[in-house]
Amino acid sequence: MQPAERDEVEMLSLMLLLRRFEERASQQYQSQKIGGFCHLYIGQEAVVVGAAAATRPDDYFITAYRDHAHALVKGTSANACMAELFGKETGCSKGLGGSMHFFDRKNHMYGGHAIVGAHVPLGVGMAFASKYRREDRVTLCFFGDGAINQGAFHEALNLAALYKLPILFICENNLFAMGTSVKRSTSLKQIVDRAEGYDIPADIVDGMNFREVRDKMAEIVGSIRKEPHPAFIEARTYRYRGHSMSDPASYRTKDELEKYRLDDPIIRLRAQLTREGKLTNEQFDKIDREAKEAALASVKFAEESAEPPLEKLYDYTFVNGAKQ
Amino acid sequence: MREITYRQALNEALAEELERDPDVFLMGEEVAEYNGAYKVSQGLLERFGANRIIDTPISENGFAGMGIGAAMVGLRPIVEFMTFSFSLVAFDQVVNNAPNMLTMSGGQFNVPITFRGPNGPAHQLGATHSHATECLYANFPGLKICTPATPRDAKGLLKTAIRDDNPVLVLEAELLYSSKGMVEPPDEDLLIPLGQAEVKREGSDVSIICYAQTVPLALSAAQQLEEEDISAEIIDLRSIKPLDEQAIFNSVAKTHRVVIVEQDRPFCGVGAEITYRIQKNIFDELDAPVLRVSQEDVPMPYNERLEKAVLPNMERLMAAVKKVCYS
Repeated sequence: MQPAERDEVEMLSLMLLLRRFEERASQQYQSQKIGGFCHLYIGQEAVVVGAAAATRPDDYFITAYRDHAHALVKGTSANACMAELFGKETGCSKGLGGSMHFFDRKNHMYGGHAIVGAHVPLGVGMAFASKYRREDRVTLCFFGDGAINQGAFHEALNLAALYKLPILFICENNLFAMGTSVKRSTSLKQIVDRAEGYDIPADIVDGMNFREVRDKMAEIVGSIRKEPHPAFIEARTYRYRGHSMSDPASYRTKDELEKYRLDDPIIRLRAQLTREGKLTNEQFDKIDREAKEAALASVKFAEESAEPPLEKLYDYTFVNGAKQ
Repeated sequence: MREITYRQALNEALAEELERDPDVFLMGEEVAEYNGAYKVSQGLLERFGANRIIDTPISENGFAGMGIGAAMVGLRPIVEFMTFSFSLVAFDQVVNNAPNMLTMSGGQFNVPITFRGPNGPAHQLGATHSHATECLYANFPGLKICTPATPRDAKGLLKTAIRDDNPVLVLEAELLYSSKGMVEPPDEDLLIPLGQAEVKREGSDVSIICYAQTVPLALSAAQQLEEEDISAEIIDLRSIKPLDEQAIFNSVAKTHRVVIVEQDRPFCGVGAEITYRIQKNIFDELDAPVLRVSQEDVPMPYNERLEKAVLPNMERLMAAVKKVCYS
């Protein structure tokens, strides 16, 4: 299906699924069903759903540790995602990756990477492979504003520009790297200027506005597909929750959070569609109910799934599964 | 069989694998137009073109990660580090991304990548350029490590590494690039399995366990020892991981005395692990404590005389052998 044809109501349903899934995940984390770190994407949904609407299913996605949404939009089931959070064998990484390491080869979700900035060179390598094989696939490499001061990020941008690789770098600027604001971490006035240093064309989009994200990305992805080159987008967005589940986010004000909540990407797209007569309240209630049901069902699925068996402990260290 | 250098042997391995599999490519600093800092990739750019023999900027973290990303989608990159001392700049990629991917993804993403280049102290390069990295990398599950000492092993192990579906580090011996040895003709497919040690010389009084740059040292020690009526068996590990412990145990069961001569450092060095395994598994076979000859535990000095004192050398090796033989 061509990106522009993808139904906007369907995209709204997807945003609702991400939202409802993570609300459930948050609840399950608090009941200690989920271990380790857990970083929620709530508030940022328009970015990744816009990206999904602007790309083909066979385009590569790779992202950092705030990755639940990226797997869900690529087609990983809510069941497999929740089971992964629960550490179950039915999880998208068989319970071995956890919240920060969601992978789904079949759906071209290349992780879920937890060392800040370290996956950006991987994305460049994936784009290199597409060019090497003369495929017209585009790699979408997502990262947060915290990644842009890492050496790996800079080296990766240079390599992508040097070899003219088909990759779209997407900085999901949610204004905070953990608790450190962009102002306190970055010497530039605006993040997008990082790309200029590498001669990579760059744009800013309102990351709370699905249509703007989709349209800008569709234009850029189309141009990359025609003639391989890197591009950069700074998507200005906001996470409603703390950096991770253990973070009360006391470094920002309630007023700031409320300001962004009024600008909520789901409310915004719903209002646009309603105004244009493409969505009734009944229809909205229905898709929201479906999202809630899918999220709830995923918890049941995860709870009922089996743990990875101890006998398989050594199965994935090497491809042949042999203990060395 | 014909006689070629270690460098030529590596070059042949690269050329044969590039020829055999279009998914194989070589990248690194100076590998293409300069023909390799140590001329290992001589002539490959001309033969295979710039799409497959790729010069990179000085950006180890970046291009190591790029190789891993390409491997995740099925290419088979060979990444050359100008020396493994520089691989430390890419340490996060080599130890965090390459070997963890298969487990973290529940078996979905293997990383069929080969990292290769010279490793270990060379000659008066000072502390930053003299690292023997095998003991560092051996600590990470998911990496395979081989350390060829002869042209034949260099060719056979590199070819096997490139075909392996896991990340493999081929730690070449900088001081041996110009050394010569007999190798099968190019039309024979020479593959040496990872994890298989080789008895480089049979003996009955003492086992000298060695690898990479310490193999020639051990072989000449064996010659000298013969004149003193001590028969030394030389076990070349060839691979550090997987480790061929059976070959070690077989030799120890025969000689009952062991000296390990390694090019890395004493604390947590490769010899420490081997010593542990010997005493754990075949303690009763030992007639003397296992001794290790390794580097001194200091940053490598530039001064030639001091450098020689830091490295495992003939004098220290002979002294250790005589000690375990009580002679």
